[in-house]
Amino acid sequence: MTTAEPTPNSFRNQPDDRGHFGQFGGRYVAETLMPLVLDLEREYRAAKQDPAFAAQFDDLLEHYVGRPSPLYYAERLTEEVRKNAPAGKGAQIWFKRDELNHTGAHKINNCIGQILLAIRMGKTRIIAETGAGQHGVATATVCARFGLPCFIYMGAKDIERQQPNVFRMRLLGAEVIPVTSGAGTLKDAMNEGLRDWVANVHDTFYIIGTAAGPHPYPELVRDFQSVIGKEARAQMLSRINRLPDLLVAAIGGGSNAIGLFHPFLDDKDVQMLGIEAAGHGLEKEHAASLAGGRPGILHGNKTYLLQDDDGQIAEAHSISAGLDYPGIGPEHSWLKEIGRVRYDSVTDTEALAAFQLLCRTEGIIPALEPAHAIAAVEREAKKMDRDQIILANLCGRGDKDIFTVAEALGTSI
Amino acid sequence: MTRLSTAFSKPHPALVAFITAGDGDTAANLDALVAGGADVIELGMPFTDPMADGPAIQEANIRSLNAGTTTADIFALASAFRKRHPDTPLVLMGYANPMTIRGGDWFASECNKAGVDGVICVDIPPEEDPELGPALRSAGIDLIRLATPTTDTARLPAVLNGASGFLYYVSVAGITGLQVAAQTSIDEAVARLKAHTDLPIAVGFGVRTPEQAANIARVADGVVVGSAIVELVATHGVNAAGPVRDYVASLKSAIISARG
Repeated sequence: MTTAEPTPNSFRNQPDDRGHFGQFGGRYVAETLMPLVLDLEREYRAAKQDPAFAAQFDDLLEHYVGRPSPLYYAERLTEEVRKNAPAGKGAQIWFKRDELNHTGAHKINNCIGQILLAIRMGKTRIIAETGAGQHGVATATVCARFGLPCFIYMGAKDIERQQPNVFRMRLLGAEVIPVTSGAGTLKDAMNEGLRDWVANVHDTFYIIGTAAGPHPYPELVRDFQSVIGKEARAQMLSRINRLPDLLVAAIGGGSNAIGLFHPFLDDKDVQMLGIEAAGHGLEKEHAASLAGGRPGILHGNKTYLLQDDDGQIAEAHSISAGLDYPGIGPEHSWLKEIGRVRYDSVTDTEALAAFQLLCRTEGIIPALEPAHAIAAVEREAKKMDRDQIILANLCGRGDKDIFTVAEALGTSI
Repeated sequence: MTRLSTAFSKPHPALVAFITAGDGDTAANLDALVAGGADVIELGMPFTDPMADGPAIQEANIRSLNAGTTTADIFALASAFRKRHPDTPLVLMGYANPMTIRGGDWFASECNKAGVDGVICVDIPPEEDPELGPALRSAGIDLIRLATPTTDTARLPAVLNGASGFLYYVSVAGITGLQVAAQTSIDEAVARLKAHTDLPIAVGFGVRTPEQAANIARVADGVVVGSAIVELVATHGVNAAGPVRDYVASLKSAIISARG
């Protein structure tokens, strides 16, 4: 890092000026895209210094998205977990309620930031990829809000299993383009998004949905999502005058997790746990890139990937379409390697149990993504003392998942 | 003189022909490319996620991987080709992950052993050169860089720094096999590139007909044809060698007569 950095030993100084988080990250894109990626970086640096950009972002987050999202003490869930914990154990469980955002997930935070950048760069056409449809809905929403044409690439298989979100995107005026190449899921939708971008670089902005892709995307998505952690940190201090002992968040690409973690990275007493999707189990089909993958290059960045010995990318599996991706944001790969954040995984079955537990104890239907985090919270809370505090990111609500959950529970609706 | 520089020193511009390794009868198709008159062979390394490729090459990648093609198979194809054709330059083209997964040094050394002359990596721009560039250069393998319609004059030196063999001009901002660039834009681009480098300039993306090949041959040092050949392999399967040879021969004769 440059000597101008005020805190040279900070965990928050990444990436370097070439977009690397240690050995991860970077800009592995075709030459056609490279000049645009460099433009985007310049424009993002300028926007970061521009108080008017920050003011517009904050204003939209407050009045359009509904921020700050509440910080909530889950009293009944805490009591329920304590019933099965050893004597004196059972940490207090708190949630950052990002499922209460407009459009029902944390994804909108990033989309607001990126569409403001797109407008600043004079781009007139927006594309995005989506898996479960949450990022697609959030992108379609901001495009409607700002009157820009919107094209969403979505795997044909995901379109089948996420019909309500497909209809939402269409209501919002977006064109949803089915992707049949490959397995027809999120990874293939991202390939198709990149193919569109390379053919339309002159007028198109690609709103990437997670903290991955070529630099500066991992950095800018993290920065836009860091509103989660900044709010949570201030709310904790103001409510109970202390910081949490443990942060927990689910990880697909990892944008909600990095958004929660990043503002706490230099708080050395705050531990962090990222939860990957173990699908049917780590020895079977899963989506846990850190647990079951190794470093490689895909979609513009170097990061942990599920792949074979020849570097061919494997298909991921998770009951949660939002976690169903064979890679992870590069900053998480770095945080794993330096040991600042611990990573673990939760299976489909464990996530389904946690989903139901939260419904019944707190009257909150979570998305399947944070249900993974909740399963881990239950596991961790039992090992921690009663005066300790866990803060988990409730990054999305479960309306979109009720059909998947019904099917998994053997109910037809 | 390397095999590549010899190929670009002929009295006519070079025909650079692409096929995907492991799709159909690759050895027979490689021989057909040479028999048809290809001056440089580009052998595509299949990848699960070929994000710079259009439908034709995407499908070829899937056919190849579904047939079980491994990186070892590709180097075996290259080695056998080198024994059969000692003088025809062979370039591997593909994506970063299969090329770097065992380390750049491993890949460069395998290229060297197999008699591969050059490497084109779609998703390693000059900014990420350390990933593969130094290893290739020290193994004596040419690193062939891509220039595109978005590579402006200010950026060109970065692209050329460390490039060797030839410069591949991607004539359209897009993916392989679909659009065709306007000839005037190609003429202008080649002239601009030639003002900055002595490397031979080969032009590709969207070239299908002998007429297009001839038009490019009037200004460039090489013409790259890929998707159209790959489509012949798709259509004719394991019996593609004859049609591939005839098609390549038609391109070659158009290229030769273009400067006639």
